[in-house]
Amino acid sequence: MLGGTYALLGIGLTLIFGIMRVVNFTHGELYAFGAYMMYMLVMLTGIDFFAALVLAIVLGVMLGGAIEVTLLRRLRGADIDTTMLVMIGAWIALQNAEQLAWTGVAKSINSPFPAAPLVIGPVSVAWNRVFVFGVALALIAGTYALINHTRLGKAMRATFQDRDTAALMGIQIGSIHTATFALGSGLAAAAGALLGPVFVAYPSMGDLAAAKAFAIVILGGLGSIPGATAGGFILALAEELGAGYISSGYRDAMGFLLIIAILLFRPTGLFARKERIG
Amino acid sequence: MKAALTWAWLIALATLPLWLDNPYVLHVLIVAGIFIVAAMSLNLLLGYTGQLSLGHVAFFGIGAYASALASLGFSIHILPDFVLQSEAKPVWLGMLAGIAVAGACGWLIGRLAFKVRGAYFVIVSISFAEVVRLVALNWVELTQGPMALNNIPPLTLWLPGAGETTFWKKPANYWLVLATAALCYVLIRRLVRSRAGRAMVALRENEPLATSVGVDVTRTLVLTTVVSAAMAGAAGALYAHYVRIVDPDVFLFIYTVTMVIMVVTGGKGTLAGPVVGGLIFGLLPEGVRALDFKPEMQWIVYGVLMILVVYFLPQGIVPALEAWWRRR
Repeated sequence: MLGGTYALLGIGLTLIFGIMRVVNFTHGELYAFGAYMMYMLVMLTGIDFFAALVLAIVLGVMLGGAIEVTLLRRLRGADIDTTMLVMIGAWIALQNAEQLAWTGVAKSINSPFPAAPLVIGPVSVAWNRVFVFGVALALIAGTYALINHTRLGKAMRATFQDRDTAALMGIQIGSIHTATFALGSGLAAAAGALLGPVFVAYPSMGDLAAAKAFAIVILGGLGSIPGATAGGFILALAEELGAGYISSGYRDAMGFLLIIAILLFRPTGLFARKERIG
Repeated sequence: MKAALTWAWLIALATLPLWLDNPYVLHVLIVAGIFIVAAMSLNLLLGYTGQLSLGHVAFFGIGAYASALASLGFSIHILPDFVLQSEAKPVWLGMLAGIAVAGACGWLIGRLAFKVRGAYFVIVSISFAEVVRLVALNWVELTQGPMALNNIPPLTLWLPGAGETTFWKKPANYWLVLATAALCYVLIRRLVRSRAGRAMVALRENEPLATSVGVDVTRTLVLTTVVSAAMAGAAGALYAHYVRIVDPDVFLFIYTVTMVIMVVTGGKGTLAGPVVGGLIFGLLPEGVRALDFKPEMQWIVYGVLMILVVYFLPQGIVPALEAWWRRR
């Protein structure tokens, strides 16, 4: 169940890193933003749950695009540390803006699913989790289709392989970057909008989400989309097993221990293409 | 001229508690001083070797916990029937233990993390800090978890002329922090002007070239991390025995961010940079508090300032001032 949303988070982050070479620290805030938009739309304006989900994702895409245009556009070509510092600044500002807007109290979001679980043989699953998993899978499939079968996706892949050559071939690198950042942000917002109703929305929820997204991305190899998908599921599994067999207090540490282990034995991640990491 | 100015500054700072009898201001300065020590240690890594460590607060926190635990004493069950027990030690020994443990962790992390660079290193360092925070939160037998370690004794030292002195009062702690900061400053200055320091800068500027002229990359980086971690541990130990309570919140990422902002604003890779940045960002929150902002607003200002600094003063304040001075 969690695996699908983890994969969404990881894919968004890895796309942004792979294509733009930006370590996106605002990723977790986009996730929180998605959850809060669900809260605003469902609980305050009272529109339909499914319409709210679509709207929340669209708003996430727009916020991502806005961040790219205002902050990152002028830093294109700057080194990775510079953009990282800017993104950290943006992250702090965004998180506290969220806290200012919606206070520190956790918000719960009603969902329209029946409380009785879906029972298949010996397994019983809550309906809302089935829904989250289904939508997450659909979004992952959609992202794959977008990257592999559209003109925009082709341009993204070209930029990913070689930015300068892509630019020489007439690809508008600027708009590709905006599109990438918006897409990645939209995926993060989708993850938040999906999980918000399952858990609760609170201002610092983005921190843990971002940390996990980083873990997933490292696990799969920076810039690898299949890696991020697999990494999401592996992390979710490792957390559940770790929580079940070791201690639930260390559930959130599993991801970090995984990262450290991966970097020790296979520093480029499980699925990375050959790349210098020095 | 320059030396005279430095001495004037130092004398002004050293005599401050004598002519400024305001415990609140002293408290703010002490906390700022502790963070300046931490920022100086981060600058060694970030400014001189160019490795952005976003887990630096881990060393600060480890120093704080190790020092507090050594001076409080503890007993833990390592195996079901084996109990490791430690009596309460004098505080100065605890502080040294804090520095040593932080340095040892620095060595370990350096050995592990410098297999990778750039974005990977940043993420490994964040992960490390997060694991340490979760351990501090969950290993209740050792760290008291969220209940925090409290009643940590303040430092007691035998001083020439004063005999056994316990650092209860603010002026005493102020001088202690000032002395530590000055000591760290001198140490860092000697280090970066030595052969090892030149090796660090060479690594920052061009790693393959540095390797080709015989700089031992891993050794230099690990050495830097150990020194840097030990200094951060010293800052943590000072913090523990000044505030006299330590909880897992000392590992919060926001403290690392504060240190990074201090270093970057002041000017990374300059000796005075972290001091200037630390003074600005150590005192700024208090100034902003006077304006009656909400704490969230204060952090938003922090974030925006950080972005503005990167855009307009990418080298930091100290290099910008130096350039301006030279142009006159």
